[in-house]
Amino acid sequence: MSSKNQTYSAATESSTIYESRSRWQRFKLAARKSPYTARFGISIITIYAFVAIFAPILAPYGEAEVFPSPYEPWSSTYIFGTDQIGRDIFSRMIYGARNTVGIAVLTTILSFLIGGSLGLAAAIDRRWIDQLLSRSVDVLMAIPSLIFALVLLSIFGSTVLNLIIIIAVLDATRVFRLTRSVAVNVVVMDYVEAAKLRGEGLGWVMRREILPNIMPPLIAEFGLRFCFVFLTIAALSFLGVGIQPPTADWGSMVRENANLLQFAQYDLRAGLTPLLPASAIALLTVAVNFVVDWFLHKTSGLRDE
Amino acid sequence: MSNSEKNKTPLLKIRGLKIQGFSDERWHEIIKGVDLTLNRGEVLGLIGESGAGKSTLGLAAMGYTQPGCRITGGSIYFEGIDLTQLSDEKKRSFWGNRMTYVAQSAAASFNPAHRLIEQTTSSTIRFGIKDRAAAYEDAHHLYDALNLPNPSKIGDRYPHQVSGGQLQRVMTAMAMSPRPDLIIFDEPTTALDVTTQVEVLSSMRSIVEEFNTAAIYITHDLAVVAQMADSIKVLRYGEEVEEAPTRKMLSKPKETYTKSLWSVRSLKKKERKANESIMSLNSINASYGSSPVLFDVDIEVPRGSTVAVVGESGSGKSTAARVITGLLPQTAGRVMFDGYELPKTLAERSKEQKRRIQMIYQMADTAMNPRQTVREIIGRPLEFYLAMQGEEKTKRVIELLEMIELNADFLERLPAELSGGQKQRICIARALAANPDFIICDEVTSALDQIVQEGILKLLLSLQEELGLTYLFITHDISTVRAISDQVVVMNEGRVVEQGSKTKVFSPPHPAYTELLLSSVPEMDPDWLSNLNASRRS
Repeated sequence: MSSKNQTYSAATESSTIYESRSRWQRFKLAARKSPYTARFGISIITIYAFVAIFAPILAPYGEAEVFPSPYEPWSSTYIFGTDQIGRDIFSRMIYGARNTVGIAVLTTILSFLIGGSLGLAAAIDRRWIDQLLSRSVDVLMAIPSLIFALVLLSIFGSTVLNLIIIIAVLDATRVFRLTRSVAVNVVVMDYVEAAKLRGEGLGWVMRREILPNIMPPLIAEFGLRFCFVFLTIAALSFLGVGIQPPTADWGSMVRENANLLQFAQYDLRAGLTPLLPASAIALLTVAVNFVVDWFLHKTSGLRDE
Repeated sequence: MSNSEKNKTPLLKIRGLKIQGFSDERWHEIIKGVDLTLNRGEVLGLIGESGAGKSTLGLAAMGYTQPGCRITGGSIYFEGIDLTQLSDEKKRSFWGNRMTYVAQSAAASFNPAHRLIEQTTSSTIRFGIKDRAAAYEDAHHLYDALNLPNPSKIGDRYPHQVSGGQLQRVMTAMAMSPRPDLIIFDEPTTALDVTTQVEVLSSMRSIVEEFNTAAIYITHDLAVVAQMADSIKVLRYGEEVEEAPTRKMLSKPKETYTKSLWSVRSLKKKERKANESIMSLNSINASYGSSPVLFDVDIEVPRGSTVAVVGESGSGKSTAARVITGLLPQTAGRVMFDGYELPKTLAERSKEQKRRIQMIYQMADTAMNPRQTVREIIGRPLEFYLAMQGEEKTKRVIELLEMIELNADFLERLPAELSGGQKQRICIARALAANPDFIICDEVTSALDQIVQEGILKLLLSLQEELGLTYLFITHDISTVRAISDQVVVMNEGRVVEQGSKTKVFSPPHPAYTELLLSSVPEMDPDWLSNLNASRRS
């Protein structure tokens, strides 16, 4: 045995072997070890984000610009042809990324703000606040959400704002349940008790003591929720109560061009046209799920053995 | 192999064993070439601090490594067969059959969905050692031999229907059921109360002797290992420090490290005269929901002294602390602090009252937010109570770190980057940051290794000298009480059994409960358990 081991000192006590790394270093390490599915997902998401941000620059024509020739086939002027009133489908696809994805992101963020904060409050105060919130959530969840959203949108009108608020509130119920259930396990920790003993307020306990410790499952849930919200908006638009024309949106584009499918036997490319926005939706959903899967796998602490 | 030959080869022979563990993206050596020899019927005690590799070595004796670990060198011969060369399938035919394992936490190791007796006998039946009827019959005998109440019926219960000590004994019966050649005990009594520990130890020892089973007994408690083992091996940093027969090891340890382990139990402190009370509980009653837990509890805490509250789990000692902190409002009685009555609930107390009473928790792991750095953890009370900011705050945090014998290097570390003892020190610093008068220490050393415990206790004592602090020290460990207290309060089932100065409480005559509690504390004498059992029988 070496001599340094013979005397005891608190500062040199052996601890778990652990190297201090900055966030950036940890990120680089994680990225290097990421599976190809996650890399694929991240690149797809980056491309979507790029297209959404630079839509006006990338699109050859305007979002609602109408040309005199409806149902134009694919050509060098109109890359994916034009729709039933003569709008350029390629341009609308690009703007659609901005609208559909943007609204879905906003909705998801809002639903996390509502569901997350109420879930935390319910987890901390387990008496009447918890009862009140949990039971109201049960009631909301008892109604099938797509039908409920349809009803509410018909009542309040399909403006973008209403769409965001209604879907966010309905989706917040699921976020609430998740947040509450993971937070309940953290609330019983001694450090939360220590903070309460110190006299810290509810806000501090929520933000500083609990939230950082439940972030991983919430971030993963954010990805999944985003997909659901995205699909709900697309479904509502397809049904005609979602994003209203002339705003370009993938869900309504599928609906508007759906009848082109029957022309596939004459012109294959015309038949493909309604599938383009549909596959844009599918691709993004798959990409987000790949990334979420990888993230969940990392944070769950499972080893590949 | 003939019988005589079989007796000559050691049952277990480990040579130059090296095991690596994977953490933080790298392989680290956990066991660095350890030799071990165990003959039939022998009990070997493995002791060392946490992280010394004793559990890893214990499991490796069965040819098993935990996920994330790998054997990189050396050999493990079980009856001459090298386990490191065997396929998993071959090894599985040994596990639960020729070698069995008793885990630390019995509660976490039983399947809550099956009856105890099914779990006790499952591997015996699976390997066809006995048929179901014979195995059940044998299990009843084992329960009886382990002093379990109602041995023919207890097996029909489910794990949650028996106590922790009983569960640990059922687990020993499970390990015994296939009549293995080797049992690994991995800290089987660490989670138990002293009075339960004694019973479990006696029954384990007698059953190991009865069937002449070889065993490896892993623990960090020297006094316990002294009762169980024929010889003791001390491990540190994955290396052997020394090995010797128990008696020789206890009387003449060779290495400095071993001696330092032995010396911990000799920490003593001069008893202080009792001043006027800073804190007093006057006939406190408290209950959780409708079930009462405290009955007429009176505790006096003299200023500047240490009052130790002792008792087993469920005695109400932690509840008393919760009443003082205001987390659990009492149903009757008053809490007086420095001449004034404290409001019942936390919400009614002023910031100043909260500041003056601080608390240190048993599990430093859960008492610190894993996402905050040491700077944030210690800095928050400074900012919250004393409105310190920026430079001033940082300076004070470093000062506090130095008071707890750490330094500024620790500022940006997260709790995961600290050892057990360092974590507890940070918790102490967090309590000190508030400039308190009164600190409640709830089992602060019970999760720590002996040598680290000593360091923490010494630190607490010197801080008391320096700052004139008053401690309410909640513990179930009598040797800690002897080491640091001035006054002792013995609690049992929500009542105060005895209260007074240390000398008074520790000198006879004792009330019956105090007597039981004191006599159950293992001593560093290999004959202690035998003598105790003899005297209790008579």
